[in-house]
Amino acid sequence: MSKRTDSNLYTVLFAAGMVLVVGALLAFFASALKPTINENKRIEKQQNILYAMGVNENDETSAIFVSKDKVADVFAKYITKQLVIQGSKVTEDAKAYLIDVKKEQTSAKEGNERRLPLFVGEKDGKTFYIAPIRGKGLWDAIWGYVAMDADMIVQGAYFDHKGETAGLGANIKQRFFMDDFIGEHLMKDGSFKGITISKSNNDPKNEDKTDNEVDAIAGATITGDGVSAMIKSELKKYVSFFNTLKTN
Amino acid sequence: MGLLSKKDAALITDPFADNNPITIQVLGICSALAITAELKASIVMAVSVLFVLGAGNVVISLMRNIIPSKIRIIVQLIVVATLVIIVDQVLKAFAYELSKTLGAFIGLIITNCIIMGRFEAFALANGPWRSFLDGIGNALGYGVILIIVGFFRELLGSGTLLGFKVLGDPIEKTGLYAFGYENNGFMLLAPMALIVVGIIIWIQRSRNVALIED
Repeated sequence: MSKRTDSNLYTVLFAAGMVLVVGALLAFFASALKPTINENKRIEKQQNILYAMGVNENDETSAIFVSKDKVADVFAKYITKQLVIQGSKVTEDAKAYLIDVKKEQTSAKEGNERRLPLFVGEKDGKTFYIAPIRGKGLWDAIWGYVAMDADMIVQGAYFDHKGETAGLGANIKQRFFMDDFIGEHLMKDGSFKGITISKSNNDPKNEDKTDNEVDAIAGATITGDGVSAMIKSELKKYVSFFNTLKTN
Repeated sequence: MGLLSKKDAALITDPFADNNPITIQVLGICSALAITAELKASIVMAVSVLFVLGAGNVVISLMRNIIPSKIRIIVQLIVVATLVIIVDQVLKAFAYELSKTLGAFIGLIITNCIIMGRFEAFALANGPWRSFLDGIGNALGYGVILIIVGFFRELLGSGTLLGFKVLGDPIEKTGLYAFGYENNGFMLLAPMALIVVGIIIWIQRSRNVALIED
């Protein structure tokens, strides 16, 4: 079958034309939808932060956020202060929640001093300090928000992931895993120890809150190790700030 | 089926049984292993592939007379990748929650060999309507296996279905667990998906001997 579509010239022209059409199409969709997508991401950040401090609409088993249309008011009501910690300098910034943790991590690698956002929430007379964390899972990025009290005891946690295995690593965003962190200590004997996702802690109901360990998910060893690592390395950076809370 | 001629109807029904993409053609195995640890993920993947394969087959079929044969595989890949990315972007903008659920599948849809296989074997040689039916039929045949595998893996591996604890609570020892039943953690790992697919193939071929190759 020798057709005109077999000639080299046609092939090259077709390829060039296809690149132009597809490129234009994708560029159009990307730029047309970008504002809406960014807005969704911003709302999600607020929902995540509120979720970590226990402001959510959870039913018995599943994790449910404050609804999209209410979130701006709820966020303003519960989050009283947003701080940016840079070395020993602490400043207030009402847009601290928009700080991109990934970009900060990269710029810290290049030798810049990292800006650490910390959100202060008030609920039922209790003060929560919520920090964003970010690390690596098995396939891609994992991240989360951890709410702590002034003694660095976890009050709530929210985890999310980009592409962990469904049914295994992806379960870090399930209630049964996230709820295990509530009440868990990050400090041990006055120094920072973090929380390890453990397969051998012999405490599946997570009753021992001072062992710095949370029961692992079966089949999600590497994702679990990633969660341990990001909690340790990221929350450690906030220890000096929590120490200043005590002396004041 | 009054709507479809007998030949057209076979395009939909064949992949369900005697020409199933997974159990007979042994395509799409990689994603069948990767995402069937729970039923919900299987269903989401089945629906996504249904959409992509139906639409992709139509696009390729419409283009079939102008695609240069030397670069047809690349063209097919670009068409499916473009479709998937556009769907992903639209979902991110208008159904953000759903797009988060789908996030992990996007890459898997593009690399699914059933999609390239149907473009190459069917859409390049047939009209848009028949290609559309063929795409839907194959995606359904793929989806049904995915859902069967996901059902058994989630039930036996985690003791749940769609997240509901249908067998009782393994930690509180209620329901079946009160009698000493244990979840089989091995079901959650990829090898068991292959074994479950193998069992389906075995059952299918023992019921229809004509399918057995020498």
